[in-house]
Amino acid sequence: MATTDDGQFLKKVSGRNTRGLLRVIILCLIAGAAVSSRLFSVIRFESIIHEFDPWFNFRATKYLVQNGFYSFWDWFDDRTWHPLGRVTGGTLYPGLMVTSGIIYHLLRFLALPVDIRNICVLLAPGFSGLTALATYLLTSEMVTSPSAGLLAAAFMGITPGYISRSVAGSYDNEAIAIFLLVFTFYLWIKAVKLGSMFWGALTALFYGYMVSAWGGYVFITNLLPLHAFVLICMGRYSPRLYVSYCSWYALGTLASMQIPFVGFLPIRSSEHMSALGVFGLLQLVGFVEWVRTQLPNKQFQTLLRALVLVVFVVALGALVLLTFSGVIAPWTGRFYSLWDTGYAKIHIPIIASVSEHQPTAWPAFFFDLNMMIWLFPAGVYMCFKTLTDEQVFIVIYAVLASYFAGVMVRLMLTLTPIVCVAAAMAFSQILDTYLDTKTPKADAKTNESPADSAKVAAAAVLPDSLRSTRTPYIGIYSYASKITVIGASAIYLLLFVLHCTWVTSNAYSSPSVVLASRLPDGSQHIIDDYREAYYWLRQNTPENAKIMSWWDYGYQIGGMADRPTLVDNNTWNNTHIATVGKAMSSREEVSYPIMRQHEVDYVLVVFGGLLRYSGDDINKFLWMVRIAEGIWPEEVKERDFFTPRGEYRVDDQATPTMRNSLMYKMSYYNYNSLFPAGQAEDRVRGAKLPAEGPQLSTVEEAFTSENWIIRIYKVKDLDNFGRDHQSAVAFDHGHKKKRASKKKGPRVLRVE
Amino acid sequence: MPPKSRVSAIPTPKDPAITSPSTFKSTSSTSSAGGPITFGHSSSTPYTPKPSTNTPSKSSSTAAGKSASATSTKQQLDPHNAGDVLNSIWRKYMEQTPQRVKLMDAFMGFLIVVGVLQFLYCLIVGNFPFNAFLSGFSATVGQFVLTASLRIQTNPENKSEFGSISNERAFADFVFGSLLLHFFCVNFIN
Repeated sequence: MATTDDGQFLKKVSGRNTRGLLRVIILCLIAGAAVSSRLFSVIRFESIIHEFDPWFNFRATKYLVQNGFYSFWDWFDDRTWHPLGRVTGGTLYPGLMVTSGIIYHLLRFLALPVDIRNICVLLAPGFSGLTALATYLLTSEMVTSPSAGLLAAAFMGITPGYISRSVAGSYDNEAIAIFLLVFTFYLWIKAVKLGSMFWGALTALFYGYMVSAWGGYVFITNLLPLHAFVLICMGRYSPRLYVSYCSWYALGTLASMQIPFVGFLPIRSSEHMSALGVFGLLQLVGFVEWVRTQLPNKQFQTLLRALVLVVFVVALGALVLLTFSGVIAPWTGRFYSLWDTGYAKIHIPIIASVSEHQPTAWPAFFFDLNMMIWLFPAGVYMCFKTLTDEQVFIVIYAVLASYFAGVMVRLMLTLTPIVCVAAAMAFSQILDTYLDTKTPKADAKTNESPADSAKVAAAAVLPDSLRSTRTPYIGIYSYASKITVIGASAIYLLLFVLHCTWVTSNAYSSPSVVLASRLPDGSQHIIDDYREAYYWLRQNTPENAKIMSWWDYGYQIGGMADRPTLVDNNTWNNTHIATVGKAMSSREEVSYPIMRQHEVDYVLVVFGGLLRYSGDDINKFLWMVRIAEGIWPEEVKERDFFTPRGEYRVDDQATPTMRNSLMYKMSYYNYNSLFPAGQAEDRVRGAKLPAEGPQLSTVEEAFTSENWIIRIYKVKDLDNFGRDHQSAVAFDHGHKKKRASKKKGPRVLRVE
Repeated sequence: MPPKSRVSAIPTPKDPAITSPSTFKSTSSTSSAGGPITFGHSSSTPYTPKPSTNTPSKSSSTAAGKSASATSTKQQLDPHNAGDVLNSIWRKYMEQTPQRVKLMDAFMGFLIVVGVLQFLYCLIVGNFPFNAFLSGFSATVGQFVLTASLRIQTNPENKSEFGSISNERAFADFVFGSLLLHFFCVNFIN
């Protein structure tokens, strides 16, 4: 932070080159800070891939590196979604994997044999340095003050809103996508400013890269047309706009269609129609403008304007008609849920069940953006003051992204860059005004002469209507006020850095594959149940043993245990997921045939009752029930899992449906044995468990990890005597009991 | 080759067959409405100052005399007559546009024709190799747009908008964009 102030201070002293050099050094330092603040997780834990989705990306990257690009492109993965398989090559965004593959081969070429895992782990921090650079460029296009860009870069480098998705090991699409997003916007602004085909084509290139990297490219696809549309509506059509937009759209659409996963979507789905519509509108407006220069008469010009309007309305009508007739796919569910937050919960539980699709809680804004969240409106307001073409872009972006960030936690990520830019603009305004060491002439009347930057800057802020500002003598006179304001700003900046560091180290640096806890003496204790269990699977099960688990763990099982799974985090087949949900939430007699049909060998559940680990399967259980109910409303009913008083309980008040469900049984099987009789307790839900634990007949316990977080059950084969499993188990029990005391044998049978 | 063939179809201003209707129009309009037609926007044109000098020196008297009867009826029509206006546009275009720009326009016209043909083919025969249709169609659209951009950028009237872009730079940009475009198209064609 302090370095940016130096840059401003030295402006007067040193020459252009020195300032340029300083700027480069500062940017390098910012990039270094951005990278190093993301390394907490590597230092605290180890160089490991985090969470869920990154495991798939990692696996795909390994596949790419081993098998080459073409087989990656045509990759059909038969080890996921058993028995369906997945056309992986055609259903992923390959940008991330290809990027790290290229880096890997480049380093090889330079005789630096780096493990692909380390490249994957460090990719996100590396790109965050580039994001800071791109933010600098974007902000520098917006304002003249050089310090704003540096401030924005620094903000972008360390803001938790971005760090949350880009710590080392978080090898996800967003890792490179945010850089591409910001850089594409920079190129777009440049293109609009210069009206250059070259910049437009570059925008299209990076847009294509963005499409290959992240599904969030739709944000760009809609934001740029909106910008163009608003400019046209403001009467600011210019040939520059035509050149930049058309060269972007014509090239960018083609570029986006190169990705197999996107394919024909740009002309088939509603999300992309606004871009096409604005493209058509621009052609029309461009043509009319051209004709108008040839035209003699005013009335014709109004006539032409009417013509534009009519064509626009007709095109809109045609679009609606095509959508209803089914030629153009209507909005997808994910987009409906952006407009109506309750939509997904009712219609598509699979989307609503994803935690990052939940609406944002208000404190999250402050948590992720800290002081920038109140500087942000000030920056946007300053954009309104001058409102050049590129500042219109800031305003639109700010409005849209604020809305989307409020709707979905995950989209906080798209809001962060604009908040950084706007906050930096506001903050640099303050600094520029107050950091000026020159004191203006005390005589207020004769102050026309000093046209220094502070005066110009302040004149931009103050309204003309007030009497005191009509004849402005602008500048800060006393050093006391300067020092006060600068001191306060510096304190805010320092607090911001402190907050960012604290949030990063405490909230966002956990791999969630490895958990950390503190022992009573304060030392760190690593809980490594996940890897323990996955490694057990890898070592003790046959190569092709099918593992059934809730979809959250599919990617991890595929990545760490290397075993086929039924469902995984690529939730492309809702029915298949509902099948698993049904198997989990039904009685054993119902679940067993389902598992046999899907050739399930092992069932994996996550149980946090012993360790107070709240992200376990019993807490996610209601989503399984809801998703299964969506497909089989007759057989699975969410109501049956609630007590008559509407409570979701796991203790002895739990409903029979709950207690007989496979998930419940597998979670609490044998759990009593850890406690003295009758004192079994589920710590995460704070419930006393019934004295007698559940009995399992169709599956048997195969493995339970050290802290009971992961429990793996083996699905029994068919009974040798052709009995069903219930009677076989009952017989076994009876047999044992019979030996103990012969009289009580039959009674046990009846109880079962 | 295709642009060339289209170019030959568009006549040049030196062609007497084309110039004669244009001059005919100019005389008619000046005489009837007292010169509502001002060629105001482009100050560089020699046609702005007065209606009297408006008629080009090489205007053929034969055309004017031949069309006298026709103009008399048209004089009664309001000056907003569509045909009237179109003709004036056409004449103005023919007289003021440099040869290079006409070349570009011809190319753009050709692209429109090709695009429409492709679209008609798609409508009539069906869009079976959809990739091929799309890449063909978007190649025409993209090329059209790029050419239009080049035309806009090199237009001296837009000098104020594109201060930093010289004609050579614009052409280099055009080539760059076209290369990208056709790379994508070829890649997409399957």
